Amino acid sequence: MARELKLMKGNEAIAQAMIASGTDGYFGYPITPQSEVMETLMAEKPWETTGMVVLQAESEVSSINMVYGGAATGKKVATSSSSPGISLMQEGLTYLAGAEIPCVIVNVMRGGPGLGTIQPSQSDYFQSVKGGGHGDYQLYTLAPASVQEMYDFVFDAWDIAFKYRNPVLILSDGAIGQCMEKLYTRDNIARWTEEERRKNAPWGTFGKPADRGHNIITSLELESARQEVFNHKLQAKYAEMKEKEVRFETINCEDADYIFVAYGSSSRIAMKAMQMAREKGIKVGLFRLITLFPFPTKQLAEVAKRVKGILCVEMSAGQMIEDVKLATECNVKTEHFGRFGGIIPTPTEVLEALENKIIK
Amino acid sequence: MAFKGQIIVDTERCKGCGVCVPVCPVKCLELSKEVNGKGYNYTQTVNDKCIGCASCAMVCPDGVISVYKKQI
Amino acid sequence: MANIDIEARKQELLKEGYTEVYTKTKVLTDAVMHYCPGCGHGTTHRLIAEVIDEMGIQDKTVGVSPVGCSVLAYNYFDVDFQEAAHGRAPAVATAVKRLNPECYVFTYQGDGDLAAIGTAETIHAANRGENITMIFVNNGIYGMTGGQMAPTTLVGMRSATTPYGRRVDLNGYPLRMTELLATLPGTYYVTRQSVQNPGAVRKAKAAIRKAFENQKLGKGLSFVEILSNCNSGWKMTPVAANKWMEDNMMPNYPVGDIKVDGKIAEGIDVNRLVLDHPLTVMQ
Repeated sequence: MARELKLMKGNEAIAQAMIASGTDGYFGYPITPQSEVMETLMAEKPWETTGMVVLQAESEVSSINMVYGGAATGKKVATSSSSPGISLMQEGLTYLAGAEIPCVIVNVMRGGPGLGTIQPSQSDYFQSVKGGGHGDYQLYTLAPASVQEMYDFVFDAWDIAFKYRNPVLILSDGAIGQCMEKLYTRDNIARWTEEERRKNAPWGTFGKPADRGHNIITSLELESARQEVFNHKLQAKYAEMKEKEVRFETINCEDADYIFVAYGSSSRIAMKAMQMAREKGIKVGLFRLITLFPFPTKQLAEVAKRVKGILCVEMSAGQMIEDVKLATECNVKTEHFGRFGGIIPTPTEVLEALENKIIK
Repeated sequence: MAFKGQIIVDTERCKGCGVCVPVCPVKCLELSKEVNGKGYNYTQTVNDKCIGCASCAMVCPDGVISVYKKQI
Repeated sequence: MANIDIEARKQELLKEGYTEVYTKTKVLTDAVMHYCPGCGHGTTHRLIAEVIDEMGIQDKTVGVSPVGCSVLAYNYFDVDFQEAAHGRAPAVATAVKRLNPECYVFTYQGDGDLAAIGTAETIHAANRGENITMIFVNNGIYGMTGGQMAPTTLVGMRSATTPYGRRVDLNGYPLRMTELLATLPGTYYVTRQSVQNPGAVRKAKAAIRKAFENQKLGKGLSFVEILSNCNSGWKMTPVAANKWMEDNMMPNYPVGDIKVDGKIAEGIDVNRLVLDHPLTVMQ
């Protein structure tokens, strides 16, 4: 099937990509600004076409545990929510990481804290990459900046999830979720056959055939010595992700005196601010994070050597800036600019921030 | 038609809970004076009246009793 | 009788013409159960394993264990098993079943897991009529954490967090979750059984078997509550605890079928369904 050109919301793109990428199950719960994901899935009735199961749960606590149950049988299972809902899912997420269960979680961020606002925000960075739940664990975290990436990253997420047996978080925001943009579809991937499921997930609990012992999916290990060994295994997995699976994009960084570091919606705004700066003769580049974990530490440090200042642009009080400073070991003047409460900064504001906070 | 029963107790796994003792219809079970490797007194037959009804095995939480029966 | 010659002793008996009437099912593993001596959990595990064995579905069964005394249940059943977060087993099982309809799925939970933190998951799995088998062991206490009050702790019943007995003005009334679920259209079979004597064990096993058969026929949710002693939590010997259970738990949590084939069983007094009170310790 050739790639088709379509126009849709980011949230709808997530749903279409789930169906097209051979997802077996989706369990969700309504929350603005991402309810269209489940609404689209329900309207598409994939249970009649690909056989995909779609179910609305009674809470995000339940839906993330449905993801746990379904994914632990070796199926491709996903959910989506927004900040407050993702907070409710934190226990489930650390259990998923602790039991090494591949799955896909989408967070379409909104303003916090508490009930906060329904407009876009990026103030869940720490929750996403510093572990919102208990224990040492990481979610491979992708930050889409367009409706096309909302679509593509679902496909990419499945590959990473099963390659590393780890939950993958697609960290978007209300702006990308709600705005409509063009996207090119990808060829459909059929849901796995029973043989493929057993081959790709031999550890799954789908009924113990006579020729193997019973599979147990748990994150419990009361024996401290064994739990430490397991934790080392997790850390090695995360180190491998950091080594092999970092994704980022650099624009105009080769000759840049200053760079913006940003992801998601903020990176689009920073792109415009960069062009405006260039028109004023200020050589600015953009370092766009695509994976938030693993963070492109080495790669950013490399670029940062050549610049006099870094402006981090994030709709938050300044969370990602900490990882930027760690990457540069504070050797470069680095400042944060962001708006709160769901207000999306304008390119002009970003440029002014660069001029006032960094250049002056 | 009468039955003669025999039980085999996995004495190392018996926890000496004693739940089987009162349910035996012919009262042929008692906890031993000796203890197993874990320090539990274990259940044992103290006479040969066992009729193989398996009441003891049915209530045993740890499934340590196997029951055999023969028609005599 | 030392352990090693069990097999030899068995062969002797078979040679002498004895036939084997009962032995531990192979669907239970060889792991020694960690449950306290005389605990109803072990007996309940055995009955479920025997039903799976007799129905020949060991290769299609997926169990979901809770957090609580039976958190390690997956070590004792030789079937594929998942460990759910505290209270979430019904949600976990919902997805296992919906994504693997050919599997037999059962949840195994205690009273704290199912009727306290897992209340929403329990009620909504039942209300959706998930085609799974739910096993609910009610011993009126949180066992694993050391005997604290549970939703099913009786009024006046002592526990680590009600050392002077549960008081209604502080902790409200005990929760009859089983009766509550019977009123939901999604439940097909709802029963309360126990395992403290051979008669009760036979009925409990028959109920568990019916629950799994209902699942085979796709009838919706089958819910089997098993009343059980908790020797450590109640600070009694196993035999005394079973007696205490019969004298105190059973009058408040009547044993028997509550809902059969989707309809309230006859002889069930509706007033009991609307949870008349008080649920108290018989002084």
